[in-house]
Amino acid sequence: MTFESLVFYFFSAVLLWSAAMVVTIRNPVKAALFLVLAFVSAASLWMLVEAEFLAIVLVLVYVGAVMVLFLFVVMMIDVNLAELRQGFGDYLPLGGLVAVLMVVEMAIAVGPAQFGLHKVPIPAALGSHYSNTRALGDLLYTVYVYPFEIAAVILLVAIIAAIALTMRRRPDTKYQNPAHQVNVQARDRLRIIKMPTEHKS
Amino acid sequence: MVSLSDYLILAAALFAIGIVGVFLNRKNLVVLLMAIELILLAVNINFIAFSHYLWGLSGQVFVFFILTVAAAESAIGLAILIVLFRNRRTINVDDFDTLRG
Repeated sequence: MTFESLVFYFFSAVLLWSAAMVVTIRNPVKAALFLVLAFVSAASLWMLVEAEFLAIVLVLVYVGAVMVLFLFVVMMIDVNLAELRQGFGDYLPLGGLVAVLMVVEMAIAVGPAQFGLHKVPIPAALGSHYSNTRALGDLLYTVYVYPFEIAAVILLVAIIAAIALTMRRRPDTKYQNPAHQVNVQARDRLRIIKMPTEHKS
Repeated sequence: MVSLSDYLILAAALFAIGIVGVFLNRKNLVVLLMAIELILLAVNINFIAFSHYLWGLSGQVFVFFILTVAAAESAIGLAILIVLFRNRRTINVDDFDTLRG
């Protein structure tokens, strides 16, 4: 067993174990933390197949942004765990059967007979001058520039939708309207009364 | 040596764990979203493995877009979750049956 396969099996084991913990653990905060572990293991596996840029992006964007968002939401809402766990294992036999059948079928379909080393040999290692980020950027900004723009628009729509969904007006809270304050005239606030002068008698 | 089929079987197992998560946590909306993230991660591992072994960078570009869309999806999903929790005081999927008809 070479060092590479040792690394592969180690990170695969961590990935599958943490994924199993995500779906079975009781506390949603711990589930989110195990999901972080799963993403980091997957990023290490991507490193192994020379997808360095995407591995770093996975850690930065997913662990750094999306998982923090998950943690925020999980900690913000106080869930009634007992009610949510009710009937937790009801569908375990059916779900486990479906999952095992699926893995067996896919292992038959994509197993070593179809995609083994003799069918798909390991590609030659790239030289030290090769930059995965540069190659990806060359492709992304030329051939795929139009999908890239659409992805940017999708992110913009996601920002606007998330803010618009969660923003709320509270009619009962008192707040100032700055435009109204700026536009106010002196006569709105001050009343000048003409009256005769009074003398001390 | 690690072959392509090893990566594909790993992704299949991860996908199956995600499906089991949907089966098990069918009441907890947060963990349902996490199971969807696991399924998307399995798909991404497939793309990256094929991209490496069949020597084409288009697979990695595709993973880039999947990551973008998945981030948008989870952001909007969590926003909807927050609104639902604010209105109904629960994230139990069984309680969201107003549109039952």
